[in-house]
Amino acid sequence: MAGKVLTITSGKGGVGKSTSSANISLGLALRGKKVVTIDLDIGLRNLDMILGLENRIVYDVVNIVEKVCKLNQAMIKDKRTDNLYLIAAAQTRDKSAVTAEQIVELTEELKKDFDYIILDSPAGIEGGFKNAMMPADEVIIITTPEISAVRDADRVIGILESNNKTEMSLIINRINPELVKKGDMMSKDDVLQVLNIPLIGVVPEDKNIVSYTNTGEPSILHSQSESGLAYKNIIQRIMGENVPFMEINEKKTGILTSIINFFKE
Amino acid sequence: MLFNWFRKNKKTSANMAKERLQIILAHERAENKAPFLDDLRQDIIKVIAKYVDIDPSSINVNLQKDSSIEVLEINIPIK
Ligand SMILES: Nc1ncnc2c1ncn2[C@@H]1O[C@H](COP(=O)(O)OP(=O)(O)OP(=O)(O)O)[C@@H](O)[C@H]1O
Ligand SMILES: [Mg+2]
Repeated sequence: MAGKVLTITSGKGGVGKSTSSANISLGLALRGKKVVTIDLDIGLRNLDMILGLENRIVYDVVNIVEKVCKLNQAMIKDKRTDNLYLIAAAQTRDKSAVTAEQIVELTEELKKDFDYIILDSPAGIEGGFKNAMMPADEVIIITTPEISAVRDADRVIGILESNNKTEMSLIINRINPELVKKGDMMSKDDVLQVLNIPLIGVVPEDKNIVSYTNTGEPSILHSQSESGLAYKNIIQRIMGENVPFMEINEKKTGILTSIINFFKE
Repeated sequence: MLFNWFRKNKKTSANMAKERLQIILAHERAENKAPFLDDLRQDIIKVIAKYVDIDPSSINVNLQKDSSIEVLEINIPIK
């Protein structure tokens, strides 16, 4: 098997990297792909909880590179599918506990047995980000439609380009259709015109995500949720299927509310 | 429809966000491709100012990339 390393990164923090990593990893696994996902946010372990696997962790990625344990001892099997494994971040160490070369070596090893190796990058453009960037075959950049997130995404795109990581695509997360319609939030097309890299998905703002994270059951398990549907489409596109981008529409408002809104402005 | 037409004529905050980003990113992309440009600019000012009277703020240093060649363009208006 010749697996592919898919890095999920963003520049700005808190825009949805870990949420997307969890959904994409689990979604690909549920579609029959063999997936291992590595939390590279060392010191700020998160992916385990989003996936609901935090109770099973014994060893982590730092233990692997320091050869404290065997690789398979640190691979935590998912509860829902045999196709997904998680390698957790160390919680009591920092980003300098591993080097990019070590992560490259680790992912090369994993490529023999897995279709996808998904790397959840920490925020920023320093060492932790480089650890996630260097092994990447493909990079998914997450941004929200906010000015600072887009600016930071552009910076990351520039750094990826100068490291010859040109296989990039974009997820625009937390689009709020009502705000877009009012002109108070950049639309999907606005963001695309600024960043100019291929789009792989648009995920709406979904208030259910809080409770999905609370229970460790990512959106993809809730196939009727708005975010679940969006991630399902993203997974299809990653697998090379051609899916049209769904228009994210605001909830229907009656003519009366439209008139009221008009006068409010 | 009519409501939308009225709205289109107003400059929305989303439009402003997009325009501000396009301007700042054009600048930052150039800067990141050639981080030495600012230093180079300072050095050129120093050297030229020894010989001719110039206005430092009017000096323009620009790196342009065509598909095949890169051009370093330096504009120095002399007083
Ligand atoms: N589409 C969405 N709708 C609503 N909330 C969301 C959405 N995406 C992410 N969130 C929320 O935003 C917060 C940050 O998400 P997440 O932890 O995935 O970001 P991150 O980029 O991994 O952050 P960090 O940079 O700290 O690693 C979480 O509380 C998450 O539940
Ligand atoms: Mg995270």
